[in-house]
Amino acid sequence: MEIERQKLRLHSSLEQPSSPEELRSRQLRARDMLRGDLEGADLDAYVEERVVATTLEKVLNVARANSIFPATFGLACCAIEMMSTVSPRYDIARFGAEAFRASPRQADLLIISGRVSIKMAPVVRRIYDQMLEPKWAISMGACSSSGGMFANYAVVQGADKFMPIDVHVPGCPPRPEALMYGFNKLQKQILGNPDPGWRSRYGAHGTEEWARGGPSSQPSDEAAAAYEHAREVLGA
Amino acid sequence: MEAGAKSEPRDSLIDQELTPAMLAMEIESKLPGATVELEPEQEMMTVNMGPHHPATHGVLRLIVDLEGEVVKDLKPIVGYVHTGIEKSCESMAYWKVIPFVERMDYLSYFFNMQAYCGAVEKLTGLEVPRRAQYLRVLHMELNRLHSHLVWLGTTALDVGAMSVYFYCFRDRDRVLDLFEMSAGQRMHTRYFQIGGVVEDIPSGFERKVREMIESLTRGIGQYEALLDRNEIFLLRTKNIGMVSRERLLELGVTGPLLRASGDAWDLRKEADYLVYDELDFDVPVGTVGDGYDRYRVRLTEMRESLKIIEQCIDGLPEGPWIADDRKYVLPPRSELSTSMESLIHHFKLVTEGFRVAPGEVYNPVESPRGELGCFVVADGSAKPARVHFREPSFVNLQALRDMAIGEYVADLIQTLAMLDPILGGIDR
Amino acid sequence: MPDAPGLELILAGINAEHPGAVLDTSFDRDQPALIVHPDHIREVLIWLRDTEGQGYTFLASVHGADYLPAEPRFAVHYELLNRERYERLRVKALLPDPAAEGDAADGGHGDGLPHIASVVDLFPTAEFQEREVYDFFGVVFDGHPDPRRILMPEDYAGHPQRRDFPIGGEPVIFTRDEATNPGWWN
Repeated sequence: MEIERQKLRLHSSLEQPSSPEELRSRQLRARDMLRGDLEGADLDAYVEERVVATTLEKVLNVARANSIFPATFGLACCAIEMMSTVSPRYDIARFGAEAFRASPRQADLLIISGRVSIKMAPVVRRIYDQMLEPKWAISMGACSSSGGMFANYAVVQGADKFMPIDVHVPGCPPRPEALMYGFNKLQKQILGNPDPGWRSRYGAHGTEEWARGGPSSQPSDEAAAAYEHAREVLGA
Repeated sequence: MEAGAKSEPRDSLIDQELTPAMLAMEIESKLPGATVELEPEQEMMTVNMGPHHPATHGVLRLIVDLEGEVVKDLKPIVGYVHTGIEKSCESMAYWKVIPFVERMDYLSYFFNMQAYCGAVEKLTGLEVPRRAQYLRVLHMELNRLHSHLVWLGTTALDVGAMSVYFYCFRDRDRVLDLFEMSAGQRMHTRYFQIGGVVEDIPSGFERKVREMIESLTRGIGQYEALLDRNEIFLLRTKNIGMVSRERLLELGVTGPLLRASGDAWDLRKEADYLVYDELDFDVPVGTVGDGYDRYRVRLTEMRESLKIIEQCIDGLPEGPWIADDRKYVLPPRSELSTSMESLIHHFKLVTEGFRVAPGEVYNPVESPRGELGCFVVADGSAKPARVHFREPSFVNLQALRDMAIGEYVADLIQTLAMLDPILGGIDR
Repeated sequence: MPDAPGLELILAGINAEHPGAVLDTSFDRDQPALIVHPDHIREVLIWLRDTEGQGYTFLASVHGADYLPAEPRFAVHYELLNRERYERLRVKALLPDPAAEGDAADGGHGDGLPHIASVVDLFPTAEFQEREVYDFFGVVFDGHPDPRRILMPEDYAGHPQRRDFPIGGEPVIFTRDEATNPGWWN
């Protein structure tokens, strides 16, 4: 039986074949390419369908985002929920992050899960410094994002007082799904298309920018004077 | 030496860097017939473990003096997660203290709540209705189960049995589903209130509890099958970390550690609080107090907790879930639109809170780690003057020295795991 | 708990052997307490532990309290437990504040801190707990094998759980409040 060769049609090789004939034609073309029978424009088209052309940076970012190695850094109650994300029900291995590394030199991500006390803050900073670039930090829970319910002498009011944080995850403790949502946000950040902040998402005016002479409405004179006075008092 | 001169062959003893072994060889070669015996080298090495360490169950820092691989001395340094909870409680109304004290020993939050609420109920003389007592016991035993599951998972992880970790956390999620059903949160539920519990359990809770009991009975059977007769686990835990019963009592150790060494001391049986005297359960007791006994005691406690949970859900009486005294307990919302008095009570309770006559009480409960006691001083105002928790992990940590000295440093990890310290409780 | 008559018997027994040791008893909300002069704390604890028929061998907790503005200000509580009969007894040692009362009150130590004898050799469980009382209240335990801070950093100044120590922390600064009411946190 003579097998008829069909003309090449440009279609994405990621689509499912729409019919058994199409599948057969794809298989034949693959066989031809492997044999070296496809040439010229046919070969170019064949290769183009199957290769993603991109920058090296993007490829690296995809690799980084999908195989983050978090550091085992549990401080308090949030650590238990972080352990839950590794557990079978809320499986963080789906996102490639099940390899928790004990050594900070081998880890990319520091999930600060729990309250940072004043005794622990220099230790956290030292561990963050020991991590190699590129590195990220997720502040998990209310206590590490802002001091949480503990507004007292012993707790640092937010880990971003002493180290840069990429994603803050609220909750006390945040559900494992919440942590994974924060983790996904971090992955999007790494990939280069971060989620828009709340101001751009909601078109929020009338927050701080107006006081700094931003693009939106101007403050009233008394309000502007008051804010100026506040800035003086703060010494900003 | 001038440049270019050939260096002499290094023959002289003076030029060489000598170790005792090399010196012995030299002497033996130069003096035939002589034998040199060397004393073993005594080298003490101080190793710092933590606070960031994968196996220290939190931010515990241990300064370990090692001679070779054998632990000679151990100094725990704590305070890395000190949160100033006790001080914060002095500036909160009595209700507002409850979420704070919950977060001390963060695996046994219901026990923290019970210790505190029980203390305030003693101070105010409130009587907790029977349904609320049963619900409290039910949730506390669920919490004990949850705490032991996390303990078993992390201990098995430390010892090397990773699959047990995943199985335990799978079962733990089933218990947390129940907490989510009754209180809305998985952890730190703030379900207990002064006078009872915040809300009644929803419909369908009973069925889910029974399903959970069934699946957990199978689950505990799985852990026993995996670990009980596992040769590696036996080698790692048998005869490791033994301390005599008298020494443990001197150190103030309570809970499964004390029970594993043969002393059947359980506050659920000794001190009659809530409805434990109406429930039928046994207290598991070990024999020698090594790591294996501690493991068996906790595993059996899990089974006993399942028994208690089943009895609670079978015998749950009808009735109110919180006390009736409007001076301390919010009135039902339906009354707020009809009764002026209820409105005033509600307003007073929500804004200022109730006042407690001066006095001080100490209320102990049996938490998964031992005797958890809450000391509350009331000074007549709406805020407690002092709240202090006698945390079992804090006191039990003193036993770590006795347990680890003389053992290998590799066993130290396992001993620490069997001690079940929770740093949130130690540091508060 | 020993009931009120039982407490009186204990008081009589101790005062027979160590006169002036126990200053008062208290039986509040079914919880008995002995108020003890701080200089005699070791004798009282030894009596309670070793006397035939008493047997308070388990020290459940050592903790401190600050009763400012009441005087004497500091108290160290010892929660004792008799395991055979399940009876709890609280022993309270009240300590004045030397910084407020003048040098005579600190027993001549000159550091402005209240002093009391340590009971670590009687009850080894008190080791960490006495360090905690020192850390948070400044009560110095004479004879403690390791008198250092335990939960606060080693070089911390101040004793946080004293009532006159500020709670600390920072106020949350809302931008809207700054505009209308600048410096509102003062």
